[in-house]
Amino acid sequence: MENKNAKGWLYLLPAFLFLGVFMIYPLIDVFVYSFEEGYNSASQTFSGTGLYNYSYVLHDPYFLQAVQNTLILVAVTVPLSTGLALLISVALSSIKPLRDLFQTVYFLPYVTNTLAVGLVFMILFKKTAYSDGLVNLLLQFFGGSSIDFIDGPYWAKMFVLCFYTVWVVMPFKILILTSALASVNQVYYNAARVDGTPRWRIFTKITLPMISPMIFYLVITGFIGAFKAYSDAVALFGTDLNAAEMNTIVGYVYDMLYGNSGGYPSYASAAAILLFAIVLTITCINLLVSRKHVHY
Amino acid sequence: MSKNTEYQKIERRARTGRIFSNIVIYTLLALWGLVVLFPFYWMLLTSVKSYGSYNAEHVPSFFTLSPTLQNYVDAFTTVNLGKYLLNTLVFTLATTAIMLAVITLSAFAFARLEFRGKNLVFTLFLSLMMIPNELVIITNFTTVTDLGLRNTFLGLILPSVTSVFYIYLLKENFAQIPDELYYAAKVDGTSDLRYLRRVMIPICRPTLITIIILKIIECWNSYVWPRLITDDPDYYLVSNGIQEIRENGFGRENIPAMMAAVVVISVPLILLFLIFRRKVMAGVARGGTKG
Amino acid sequence: MRILLQNLTKKFPGRGKKSPEEVIAVNDFTFEIPDGKLIGLLGPSGCGKSTALNLICGLQKPTAGKIFFGEDDVTDLPPEHRGVGLVFQNYALYPHLTVLKNITFPLENLRGADRLTREEMEKRALEAAGLVQLEGLMDRKPSELSGGQQQRVAIARALVKTPKVLLLDEPLSNLDARLRLQTREEIRRIQRQTGVTTVFVTHDQEEAMSISDMIVVMKEGVVQQIGRPQEVYDQPVNLFVAKFLGTPPINVFRGKVSGGRLYIGSEAVLSLSDVPDQEVTLGIRPEGFILREDGPLSCDLTRVEVMGRDVSVVSTHPCSENLSIRSIINAENTVDPDAEKVRFALKPRKLYLFHPRTGERIPFTAE
Repeated sequence: MENKNAKGWLYLLPAFLFLGVFMIYPLIDVFVYSFEEGYNSASQTFSGTGLYNYSYVLHDPYFLQAVQNTLILVAVTVPLSTGLALLISVALSSIKPLRDLFQTVYFLPYVTNTLAVGLVFMILFKKTAYSDGLVNLLLQFFGGSSIDFIDGPYWAKMFVLCFYTVWVVMPFKILILTSALASVNQVYYNAARVDGTPRWRIFTKITLPMISPMIFYLVITGFIGAFKAYSDAVALFGTDLNAAEMNTIVGYVYDMLYGNSGGYPSYASAAAILLFAIVLTITCINLLVSRKHVHY
Repeated sequence: MSKNTEYQKIERRARTGRIFSNIVIYTLLALWGLVVLFPFYWMLLTSVKSYGSYNAEHVPSFFTLSPTLQNYVDAFTTVNLGKYLLNTLVFTLATTAIMLAVITLSAFAFARLEFRGKNLVFTLFLSLMMIPNELVIITNFTTVTDLGLRNTFLGLILPSVTSVFYIYLLKENFAQIPDELYYAAKVDGTSDLRYLRRVMIPICRPTLITIIILKIIECWNSYVWPRLITDDPDYYLVSNGIQEIRENGFGRENIPAMMAAVVVISVPLILLFLIFRRKVMAGVARGGTKG
Repeated sequence: MRILLQNLTKKFPGRGKKSPEEVIAVNDFTFEIPDGKLIGLLGPSGCGKSTALNLICGLQKPTAGKIFFGEDDVTDLPPEHRGVGLVFQNYALYPHLTVLKNITFPLENLRGADRLTREEMEKRALEAAGLVQLEGLMDRKPSELSGGQQQRVAIARALVKTPKVLLLDEPLSNLDARLRLQTREEIRRIQRQTGVTTVFVTHDQEEAMSISDMIVVMKEGVVQQIGRPQEVYDQPVNLFVAKFLGTPPINVFRGKVSGGRLYIGSEAVLSLSDVPDQEVTLGIRPEGFILREDGPLSCDLTRVEVMGRDVSVVSTHPCSENLSIRSIINAENTVDPDAEKVRFALKPRKLYLFHPRTGERIPFTAE
């Protein structure tokens, strides 16, 4: 019997080792860090314990800017991408010819390197000495005036960031929703058709309730994902996000940790814990709402 | 008006309605297709325009009559793109291989072996799934720095060789294999490891392939950890490489060459996807999120 | 409402390389369904009966042929304009709606002049629910109902908009045996009470025979026979129909006609006229055997099953195409279960001759 027990643990040993060192220990440590005041990373000493790190972070204009950016990003991209994905998935489910082709094309952003393709978006939107960039030329063509979306006004930069984020998250949502739609039994649609149900009513009264668990799943993962946005912003605006006013909460954490403004793991920890608290709260609210509205 | 002509009117209306909605649907789908594909087209197009002609275009043209491969040559010679690609390949393969070994052993223990504390440990593992990476990365950064593993492959690889989610996925799959097979193998005197290798792994190959593909995509695109842990260009992965190219790149703003680098970085995963299209999509639908 | 199906044909294109040939699900189906009757579409699975039902309700379009409801050609009319009620095999109740909401669902689709107020809808829903005896369950969700109750909700939902035609696709197949008996009576009663023209599809001949005014027997997309149940049972047009109807099934033998006598093996079992000398296939209903010690047909007795009122005699014969011959005789006759042989005389009206290759019935006159 002893032998048997030992064997089970032996098989688990590698996973345990890695998880212990890189997951469980850091999880405890991050809370410890966040309460250690005046931590010096060179000498690895600290002057006291308390809530000072949290207070510092909450009063740091860069952090507030990052929170604002992240909240805007979440509020814009989650509903927009979910709605758009729903629209496209419904359209996709109602056709037969070319469906495979469209599905394949729509999935492409998922398998591309966010940093690399972000560069393409940057040159499409950027104004340079040589050219206003393609998007601006289109704007001018339709009678608008050109704007620098990359180094220009705040709302223009935020627009590009939201646009690129939606572009990046769409494949996953379309995939999930098309498979959810495909799993709705055709017989319900037949029943509704025989009863002369108008299309819109079929959609709101049958399709939506049937796929509502998947929609809520997407909303929840969408919220979590958008709160952790970072590399999309780096791809568009470069690594110095504070200067571009485009930092996100995760970006703030990393900047505090490393780089030109880095070396403050205590502040980074406090910010990361704040982020985790926000995400946890929002997820709980989401789950409560979904209890009420999701069928089954 | 006779009832039959009324019926004909209804039929006609239904038919035109169908045609009209089809037009709307296909227009919408084509429009989104364009939004998705255009950046890819633009990056390919720009990558074959010469530096001079690109900068001479105030209004960028939608095609080029004199494509050049010079940018690709530049991407590999002026900056160290080849090295970045090689690093990423090594990183991806090593991480995936070690992870496979680790998760297979754990999944086997959870699915097949009986030992004290198994259920407790499994619950603990599951609860770890909720821990966001952002929370633990701070200490990991310090740990790896303290161990002197900055700018080494070991430092890059070690933190990402376990995944609780994949252990869970594989364990569920392992658990579906009927117990009789195990007892039959035991009666024949097969050792546990041999049973794992000869029976369980072949049966669960589809799940393993899914996990491999998802992990490769994840590794190829990873940016944050490599950025924290490497500042020596000799250890840059493609994501950091492209950021480096963008910021200090070709000595001057050479966008066509940058696009050539982007194409080179993007092609491997797109090829992988096109070859294993169904597997990738099914795998992602089962257990992938991005961002 | 009278329904007329005229040369109705439905073909499905072959699906890719694996099955390149097109499938003819319904082939040249012509039939007039009289007003207010209950019609059973009967056949083994895959015979095209469900496709025929889908053509009538408009979910599928025929490749050729026409459908008339009364005087109106509805061939190309979308289903919602046909005024049909359809009950699906697995009921297709919306799982997220209560029984009441499920039943009122079709009414909420009515627009314009037909539009109903909430109260009217609920009144009609309650009427329909009363018809199928569902009162008291209106606030349940489908998952909280038994199979039989779900079935009745489905029927109520189909009836609530007072359709001109009620269509039922395998309405009893998801119920257990006891509920099946009960529900089929129910369907008959509801149909009588509402007088709605009803077509139902089934693969169970007993079900079809017991409640239908008329049955249509189909095989591989082709209609074999149409008629009143008793008529089809007594006068099957071919071997397929004869085999398909009746429990226990008909007993089939190889035989031949020679010189006005019908032979099974070497035994002349019947004298008949009007049939030229030829090989034939015989079908004898289980009730077509008379136990008689000097009977012409001698079989090897296997066992005797006492069923109360009747006795079922199981035997074998070298010319039988079935593994065993099952005959049902009155319990007043006694059979020695240990006897090796049992001898039968045959009732000519329960015996049919078929062409051995085409299976067509060969008429004869017994002497």
